[in-house]
Amino acid sequence: MSLTLGHFLAVGAILFALSVVGIFLNRKNLIVLLMAIELMLLAVNMNFVAFSHFLGDMHGQVFVFFILTVAAAESAIGLAILVLLFRNRSSISVEELNALKG
Amino acid sequence: MDYQTGFFYLFTAVLLFAAFRVVTSRNPVHAVLYLMLAFSQASGLWLLLKAEFLGLTLVLVYLGAVMVLFLFVVMMLDIRLEGDRWSFWQHFPLAAVLGGLVAAEIIAVQWVGFPELATPAVAAAEVSNTKALGILLYTEYLYPIQVAAVILLVAMVAAIALTLRHRKDSKFINAGDQVRVRAADRLVVVPVATTRKAEAAPAADAATPEEGQKA
Repeated sequence: MSLTLGHFLAVGAILFALSVVGIFLNRKNLIVLLMAIELMLLAVNMNFVAFSHFLGDMHGQVFVFFILTVAAAESAIGLAILVLLFRNRSSISVEELNALKG
Repeated sequence: MDYQTGFFYLFTAVLLFAAFRVVTSRNPVHAVLYLMLAFSQASGLWLLLKAEFLGLTLVLVYLGAVMVLFLFVVMMLDIRLEGDRWSFWQHFPLAAVLGGLVAAEIIAVQWVGFPELATPAVAAAEVSNTKALGILLYTEYLYPIQVAAVILLVAMVAAIALTLRHRKDSKFINAGDQVRVRAADRLVVVPVATTRKAEAAPAADAATPEEGQKA
């Protein structure tokens, strides 16, 4: 039994679902939420690379390159906002973030 | 089962275990370390897919930079670990159902949708993966890569501007003021009488250090 595209897509799907579960579970810790978002981006990148390999098209890998760039920028700004939040409220619990009353 | 399949299942098992531990571990430092493990396994999977440059980039950029950033932030923040496990697991049934649903749907759609792609398309790969990627990046995607660079610059400036803070109680040196200073700002010549009428001998001895202080 050799590897097919479906194998890699299944890995990506399970990884994505695990990060969804993580976002539901973690109400106390904003950092773990950011990590779950990183895992989601990894799952999407896995799909891109798998399609790129099995279709023989390099453009998918170029797109992964850009996603990595944007993910790095996102995590840097997200962590900066997190530090600001902790400095102002001494807590990063998601449940206590209700200043907007949304 | 060839060795590629074996490695695939090894990497996948460790990757999914690490991802599960990322979202369920109590200690954020452990979560970051498991996330590093997950990214390294994903890098191995990408090597299996013959995306060498991206696999190495994942190790360098994510394990080397982004995860260290996470680790720094986690260790700087001094987060209290709440002891109640109950509130952590109270959403678990809903989360498990939704997660299973998402995974089943995506797998069903993708497994059914792409059945014929069992063997990889034989790409016309005379050049290495890195060179092919570079050719694409610097010809067809030249403008987008400039935009990506600007995005990184904006992120850097934003992160610094958000977290930089001037402390009120810290003392610092203003170099411009120091350069612009004149002698008259620093030294004030106070006119003092140079001589004084001598008094009795014992008192004169005592007055000598006093005079020195005044001068």
